[in-house]
Amino acid sequence: VLHTTRPLHTTQQSLAPVPPLPEKGGEVRHGLIPEEFFQFLYPKTGVTGPYMLGTGLLLYFLSKEIYVVNHETAAAACILSVLVYAIKKFGPEVAAFADKLNEEKMASALAMKNDTIQALQTAIEEEKKEQWRAEGRSYLFDAKRNNIAMLLEANYRERLLTVYNEVKKRLDYQVALQNLKRQKEQDHMIQWVEKSVVQSITPQQQKESIAKCILDLKALSKSAQATV
Amino acid sequence: GPLADRPLLEVRLGELHTWIGTCSFSAQGLLGAVQRAWGSYCAKYIHVKQGGPAGISMLLAGYCLLSYGWNYQHFSKASCFRNS
Repeated sequence: VLHTTRPLHTTQQSLAPVPPLPEKGGEVRHGLIPEEFFQFLYPKTGVTGPYMLGTGLLLYFLSKEIYVVNHETAAAACILSVLVYAIKKFGPEVAAFADKLNEEKMASALAMKNDTIQALQTAIEEEKKEQWRAEGRSYLFDAKRNNIAMLLEANYRERLLTVYNEVKKRLDYQVALQNLKRQKEQDHMIQWVEKSVVQSITPQQQKESIAKCILDLKALSKSAQATV
Repeated sequence: GPLADRPLLEVRLGELHTWIGTCSFSAQGLLGAVQRAWGSYCAKYIHVKQGGPAGISMLLAGYCLLSYGWNYQHFSKASCFRNS
């Protein structure tokens, strides 16, 4: 049940980053008795106090049969000796192995963290580069504007040329028409003149002209014979 | 700090009975005390980077003592049998 009326995130406290574990645990002497006990007895009894206390207590328990010695005592003694020997012999190796496991875990976690940080930094740089690129958009737009202006200009000139060609064609047509008309009139006039001239030559004139030509030819031949 | 808030290790012997008077013996109080004690034991001896045999060995020794105490009747009876 979520109490929706409870305000969230009111304090500064946060659960991350987790504080690291302490390096070594509390000091323990002989694997059983914490060091605080020895320090507690040190001012009154010195260094040997706790050991005397232990020996006295042990003898008291044994003598008063508060601790009964039976077969389990022998079993406990054997087990304890084997355990102590094993711990003393294989302790450091097991500790090194556990440390190695821990190291690997830490290394992989650190590697992941570093990789993400690296990736984010490259992302930041890429972003900055994109921003720098975006600043150049004014040049891009200028180039585009120039392109469009050139296209418009080229199109305008093309159409101007088309207009010019069309107008020229029409004017040429008119000029050709006029020339043709004049030529036809000339030809017609020449033909008419020739026809009227030919018609006007009567047979009498024809005979006279032929006789004159013959006389002229004779004269010419005489002059030619003379020169030769 | 004030007497009620101090942990047991920091209470002097003369103030022990007053300190016992201040702690709450309700179910919740006892449960809280047990939880705090277990938590401080774990934080001191188990959740460390380089713990030794001390963390578990003390627990096992305490278990041995407790079980001896619970079965004391049986032990004394058995030794009476054998010795007689």
